[in-house]
Amino acid sequence: MLLVAILSETIPSPALFEGSAMQGYRFRLFSPCTALFAVFATSILLLTSAPGHTADGDNAPPVYGFGRPATEAEVAAWDIDIRPDGSGLPPGSGSAAEGAPVYAMKCAACHGANGEGGLNDRLVVHSADEGFPDAEDPDSREHRTIGNYWPYATTLFDYIRRSMPMTLPGSLTDDEVYALTAHLLHLNHIIPADAMMDASSLPQVVMPAKDKFVVDDRQDFKEVH
Amino acid sequence: MSDKTPDEHEQKPAEKAVGVTRRAALVGMAGAAGTVLARTAKGQDVQVSGASLPDLPEDSSRVVGKLASEFGERSPFEKLERVTSFARSSSETPLQSLHGTITPAALHFERHHAGVPMIDPDKHKLIIHGMVSRPTTFTVADLKRLPAASRICFIECSGNLYHDAGEQTTAQLIAGMTSQSEWTGVMLSTLMNEVGAKPDASWLLAEGADAAKLTRSVPKQFWDEAMVVYAQNGEAVRPENGYPIRLLNPGCEGNSSVKWLRRIEFGDQPYMTREETSKYTEPVKGGVSRQFSLIMEARSIITYPSYPDTVEKGWIEVQGIAWSGRGSIASAEVSTDNGRSWQTAALQGPVLPKAHVRFRHMFNWNGKETVILSRAIDESGYVQPTREAWLAARGPGSGPYHRNPITGWRLRAGGDVVYRVEEWA
Repeated sequence: MLLVAILSETIPSPALFEGSAMQGYRFRLFSPCTALFAVFATSILLLTSAPGHTADGDNAPPVYGFGRPATEAEVAAWDIDIRPDGSGLPPGSGSAAEGAPVYAMKCAACHGANGEGGLNDRLVVHSADEGFPDAEDPDSREHRTIGNYWPYATTLFDYIRRSMPMTLPGSLTDDEVYALTAHLLHLNHIIPADAMMDASSLPQVVMPAKDKFVVDDRQDFKEVH
Repeated sequence: MSDKTPDEHEQKPAEKAVGVTRRAALVGMAGAAGTVLARTAKGQDVQVSGASLPDLPEDSSRVVGKLASEFGERSPFEKLERVTSFARSSSETPLQSLHGTITPAALHFERHHAGVPMIDPDKHKLIIHGMVSRPTTFTVADLKRLPAASRICFIECSGNLYHDAGEQTTAQLIAGMTSQSEWTGVMLSTLMNEVGAKPDASWLLAEGADAAKLTRSVPKQFWDEAMVVYAQNGEAVRPENGYPIRLLNPGCEGNSSVKWLRRIEFGDQPYMTREETSKYTEPVKGGVSRQFSLIMEARSIITYPSYPDTVEKGWIEVQGIAWSGRGSIASAEVSTDNGRSWQTAALQGPVLPKAHVRFRHMFNWNGKETVILSRAIDESGYVQPTREAWLAARGPGSGPYHRNPITGWRLRAGGDVVYRVEEWA
């Protein structure tokens, strides 16, 4: 009974992904093989890992209630993630033209004057037709840039704001982040020089790599796949 | 070697003493001043920390020893070290010099994306919010009041295959980005109950308090086993490994077990962070890339004999470790004839799911050159592949993640053991 209850939590229903960013994926989570594996893994967990807890009078409370309610302010201060649908994007805006001088001052030292790379990653495609990195190409890894490998423009905003510049993360204003995002999208031939990026326009940008990612199906195989 | 190495190894680490190896150990001592010679991985004898050694009595049994101390130190004769990458954004566990299956915390591999943050545990907090009924802020002390759980498992970086030193490559350089600890903390399911996670939540975002504010999305299928841990091998988690708390996804690529954990947000879709789009994904055949490939598949490596050991004709105990993110190791096999035949090795129990297990096999070496190999087979029936099979299935451009090939060591007629060099592209 317990096993059944846990399994029903373990195996997601296909409806889970409807309308989500994962909807287009070729999901194989529901194959018989995967389900069998889930049964096996869960039984192993129950046998060897689940610590189990006892409580006075066999009467554990529904919740222990440790911790305190999170305040809206403290959640807002840290909840800076941006999803592909644009949720989380702040007010503000910026264009490629506005981003260029910010890039020159704060990014070029590591990523090159035009995003060609240097101490750190290359950010810009060699040309607009530099294709998606090919598993058959031994040099595939050299071909991972924003213009041919990043599936969502929103990720660019999220990452620049949370982690860049490396030596001073969190120091950029939201306008600067929008402007840098626009500059990099423009250098990658994805948006025109005068396009303004903001909370409504950025999620509309369709990246060349958008439909190039598939979900892991290795569990369906007993050999390397 | 033209290997396309992962981020953490953009450049070859400086050639350095890899430390005193298990079998080489001390090769000489000079005088009471405690000057000690140790043999490096390159077979050179070097002086190590002579000044820090105490005066050595001729007979330890006739001199009263050191009194009790507040914090223990390893013997000054022991010099095991991690090897750090050029940029010092990672370091690797000296697998060839360890025994058993638990990695000493100070030798656990590291990988960080903006350095190791310094965090006051009394000020640290974990916010859990999103699709929950009760958004909650936990202190570390709050977490320690909740029902605890412990588990022994490995954490492995998905970029754990590096070899750029030719025949002079150690097990540490090839596979040292896997380490094992006993982790203690709170089951994620306990925290989900506390905050009232919504039944239709299907993804979570975990975020660290480091300067990268590293974030990963973890799908629901891994939540049953996930933990938020505060202890490693009985003491607080090491700073390099996430002090004061980290997420732990047993069997999954290490990057998903977000360190210095400060926030968990429950949602109904992946967040598509930089790490899980442009970085920890791998091109596969068909002109696409595989994403959220979190499970670390079965792998093994012989740790003895391996470079820079030397061996003698006769009985040799071949041993190593095997592990799988799919579950328990079913068997480990050893070949002493370069893969022509395989023999089942003995497994040292307990054999735990998603954990390193040590295997051993007695080999009666005739003194002629040969190559020894190991391969892991897990409870799902998955068999660790050869390099050739891996490349045929994935393609030469699929690296640097999730590479788990059979690794070989060449025993030369004179007894020298070297890495069997393999080209990856």
